[in-house]
Amino acid sequence: MLPSNRSLSGALQQKGINRRRFLKFCSLMTATLALPPRYVAQVAAALEKARKPVLVWLQFQDCAGNSESILRSSHPTVLEVVLDLFSWEYHELIMAGAGHQAEAALERVVREEKGKFIAVVEGAIPLADDGVYCTVGGRTALDIARHVCPNAAATIAAGACAWDGGLVRAYPNPTGAVGISEAVPEATVINLGGCPQNPVNTAAVLVHYLTFGQLPAVDQFNRPLFAYGRIIHDQCERRAHYDAGRYVQEWDDEGHRRGWCLYKMGCKGPQATFNCPSVRWNDGTSWPVKAGHGCLACASHRFWDTRSPFYDRLPTVPGFGVDVTAGEIGLGITAVVAGATVVHGIASAVRDRMRPLPPAASPSVSNEPPRKA
Amino acid sequence: MARIVVDPVTRIEGHLRIEAEVNGGAVSDAWSSGTMFRGIEMILRGRDPREAWIWTQRICGVCTTVHALTSVRAVEDALGIEVPENASLIRNIIGASQYVQDHVIHFYHLHALDWVDVTLALKADPGKTSQLAESISPWPKSSRAYFKEIQDRVKALVETKQLSLFSSGYWGHPAYHLPPEANLLAVAHYVEALEFQRDYIRIHAVLGGKNPHLQTYLVGGMSTAMDSNEPQATINPERITFLAELASKAQAFVDQVYIPDVLAVAGFYRDWFGRGEGLGNFLSYGDFPQGSIKDPSRFYLQRGAIFNRDLSKVYPVDPANVTEYVTHSWYDYSDGDQNGKHPYQGETSPKYTGPKPPFEHLEVDQKYSWLKAPRYQDHPMEVGPLSRMLVAYASGHPEVKAAVDGVLAKLNAPATALFSTLGRIAARAIEAHVMAGLVSKWVAELGDKLGHGDLRVHNGEKWDPDTWPKQAQGFGFHEAPRGSLGHWVQIEEKKIKNYQCVVPTTWNAGPRDGKGQRGAYEASLLKTPIADPERPLEILRTIHSFDPCLACAVHVVDGHGRRYTVQEAR
Repeated sequence: MLPSNRSLSGALQQKGINRRRFLKFCSLMTATLALPPRYVAQVAAALEKARKPVLVWLQFQDCAGNSESILRSSHPTVLEVVLDLFSWEYHELIMAGAGHQAEAALERVVREEKGKFIAVVEGAIPLADDGVYCTVGGRTALDIARHVCPNAAATIAAGACAWDGGLVRAYPNPTGAVGISEAVPEATVINLGGCPQNPVNTAAVLVHYLTFGQLPAVDQFNRPLFAYGRIIHDQCERRAHYDAGRYVQEWDDEGHRRGWCLYKMGCKGPQATFNCPSVRWNDGTSWPVKAGHGCLACASHRFWDTRSPFYDRLPTVPGFGVDVTAGEIGLGITAVVAGATVVHGIASAVRDRMRPLPPAASPSVSNEPPRKA
Repeated sequence: MARIVVDPVTRIEGHLRIEAEVNGGAVSDAWSSGTMFRGIEMILRGRDPREAWIWTQRICGVCTTVHALTSVRAVEDALGIEVPENASLIRNIIGASQYVQDHVIHFYHLHALDWVDVTLALKADPGKTSQLAESISPWPKSSRAYFKEIQDRVKALVETKQLSLFSSGYWGHPAYHLPPEANLLAVAHYVEALEFQRDYIRIHAVLGGKNPHLQTYLVGGMSTAMDSNEPQATINPERITFLAELASKAQAFVDQVYIPDVLAVAGFYRDWFGRGEGLGNFLSYGDFPQGSIKDPSRFYLQRGAIFNRDLSKVYPVDPANVTEYVTHSWYDYSDGDQNGKHPYQGETSPKYTGPKPPFEHLEVDQKYSWLKAPRYQDHPMEVGPLSRMLVAYASGHPEVKAAVDGVLAKLNAPATALFSTLGRIAARAIEAHVMAGLVSKWVAELGDKLGHGDLRVHNGEKWDPDTWPKQAQGFGFHEAPRGSLGHWVQIEEKKIKNYQCVVPTTWNAGPRDGKGQRGAYEASLLKTPIADPERPLEILRTIHSFDPCLACAVHVVDGHGRRYTVQEAR
C-alpha cells in the first residue's frame, strides 16, 4: 500500500499507472510547454508532491464546446485531470450535484480555498440590461464571476467567448457580452483563445501552474506564448505548396485532392497564431487545414468580426511588401479590414520570421469593424 | 405545498431552471425555464450565407456539427443545390457517429449518476461484480482484478476527502436501488466510456478536422477531398481503414457495454416505466437521405408524427405547420402574444419582464423563460430518440422494429412502457445500436466509392454568389441526437436577411403556449413522486431522460428587420 493517496503519483499508482507512464506524461507536457528536457524531473517532482488544488469551471454564455473539448483530453486523460491533478468541484456539465447542492459546492470553494483555487471560465458575460441574459441559480453571470474570479489564484479563460466575448460579442452584440477580463478586471486571467480551446494547451497550462506555482509566459493578449507564439502559416504542412505557388483554385479540384495550399479559398493561416498544426486535435489526429478547409484564425482576437468573411482571401494592406512578416500583415489587416485580396505572387515572398503581434494591435481591434451593407 | 427550485440543473448542456410544486409527496405542477440568451440569429444578419454554418455550429458544442449540417442544408435548399452522393454519405457518417458519441456520453456521464450511487461501489465484492458483468455481456474487461482496481481507485479518491466532480451528489438518497456490485460495474463503465468517447470521435477529426466544432462543411458539399492514390487527400484508403476500425470498436462497445448496462439498470428501476410519461405526442422530421434530400420516403429514419400515444397511425409532417408562441417567453409579438407564428413570419423582440436578479422564484403565471414554445398544428410535441424510434417502429422500419422488440422482450415490457422516463433511455440505447451499425456500413460504402474512382465531394455550380437569385429562402432540417432541428434562412442580395432555428430542446423544454398547454418537460414531471424535496433526484431523472441542451434552445430572430431594443454595453 502506498504511504499517501494524497499525491498525484499515489493517485496515479492507485490507478495502475506506473512510473514510466507518469514520466512519459511529464515529458509530453514539458514538450508542449517548450521547456528544456531538464524540466521533466522538476515537473515530475512537483506533481508528485502536489496535494490536489481545487478547480471550479464556470459556464456562462457558452455552447459547452470548451467543456466537451477538455473531455477529449488524451495526455493526461480527462479523468487524470479532474480526479488526480485537480479536485474538480464545480462544473455544471459533468458534476454530480445540482441545484442548491451545486451552489453550495461553489460557495464552499470560494470561502475555504480563497486565493488558492483555479477558476476556469467558459462563455461570455452579458452586461446589457443588468445582466438578465444569463442567470444561474437566480444570479447573473456577472454577479457570480465577480464573486468567484477575484478570489481565485488564477482564472483561465477557456475559448474565444471567455477571452474576448467571442461569437456572442460579434456585431451587433445583442446582449452586451464581454470576456472575463473586461467583466472582472481585478481577476488574474490567462486567455486560451480558440473555438474551442485545444485541451492539449489547457492541460499544459494547468501542469505549468502545478509545477511552478505560476502561469506560463504570455503575449500582449495574455495568451501563453508556448501555444500562441507562432503563426499557423509558418507551421503548416501545406506551406511548401504555398511557397511553390500550388493552390487549390476551387473546391474539389485536383489541387484540393493533392493537399495544395488553401490560401485562395480563404485560409486565414497567414494571419493567425496558434499551435494547431503541431499539436493538432483529438489525440493528434488532424486539424482543419489537413481536413481540407481553410483556417478561420479562431485563436485570434475578436476573430468572428476581424477574420470574416471566412471565404474571402486575405485583403491587401497598406505597407505590404516583400519584406513584411506575417505578423505585420495580420496587424495591417485587423487595422483596416479591407475587402481587396492580396496579389499572390507577392504573398509568396512572405518570410517565415516569427514574432508575436506587437502591442499596437490591441487598440486597433477594440472597435466594431465596419460591416458591409 | 412546497415549491422546489432546481437551478442549475447540471449534467446538461446550458442553463436550465426547473420550478415544481410538490403536493402530498408528488409533483402537482412544473415550469421549465431557459435562463440564458445570446441572440445568434441576430448576429447572423448581413453575413455571407455560405459561412452561416460556421456561426450556427457554435449554437452548441455538445451537439456540435448538427447546426452546421442543418445550416448548409437550409442554404442549399434556398439556392437549389444538390450535393454529390459522397458528400451526403460523409454527412451521414458524421451525423450517425455523433448519435453514438452523444448517446454514450449522455448515458454514462450525464445521466448514470441519477441511478448509480458512486459511494456504494465501495461496498461491492469485486468477485461478484465480475460474475455479474460476465452474466450480462461478453465484454472482456470483466475480471475480478479489474473491478478491484476500479474500486481501489474510488477508495483512494474518497480517502483524499477531495471527491472532485462527485463531491455534491445525492449519495445515500432512498431512491437509489442498485446493489453495490451494479454500482461498481457502472463506475467502471463510466471510466471506460470517457475513454471510448475520446477515441471514437476521431472519426470526426478525420472527416471534420477537429471535434468539437468540425470545419469541413461547405455549401454544396464537403471539403474532405477524396483520392485513392494521394496520401495528402483527406479521405484515402488508409483513412478509410482507420474509420472502419473506429466504427467496428464502437459497435462492440454499444452492444457489449452500453446496451447490457441499460438493460441491467432498467431491471432495478422498473417503476420508472410508469413515470415521466409526458405529452404522448411525438415528432420526427426523419433523416439520413439515401439519395436526394428532397425525397423523405428514402430517408433511413422516417418522417412522421404520432399523437395521443396511438402507434397505429403515423401522420405525415409538413414543416409549414410549425409555429412558435411567446405567451410565456420573454419576448413581444407586435400583434399580441396570444398567437403563434411560423418561422418565416417569426419576430422576436426580447423583453425581459422577470424578477430582478438575484431572485428566488420566477413569476410562472406570467413570462418565465428565454425559450419560445414551438407547436406542431398547435400541439405540443416531444422530439428526440424516443420520438424517432416510435415513428420508425410504428412505420414498420425493419431494423428498428427488430431492435425495439428485442429490447422489450429482454425487459419483459410492452411497447407502451416506452412512454416513460426509462423508455427514453431505452430508445436512445436502441438508436445508438442502429447508428453504430450504420456508421460501419456507410464507411464501407465510402471506401467502395473511393475504390471505384467516384471522388466528387462538392458541387460548385452555385459557389459564386453572382450566380444566385436576388432573393431566396430555404428550410434545412436534421434529426439531431436530441431531436428535430430546423433552420429557416432568407437570403437577399447575397446576404443573410433573416435566420431562424427551431431546436430540439425548444420543443421539449419550452414553456406553456397561448392556450396554456404545457411543454414536454413540464408535462412529464406531473405526478412524479418526490421522496426528499431537499434532494429532488426524481426530477433530475425525468429531465435528464430528455438529454437537455439549453444553449441550442434559446434563439432569436427579428423577422421584420426591426432593430433590437437592447443597447450594447460599451
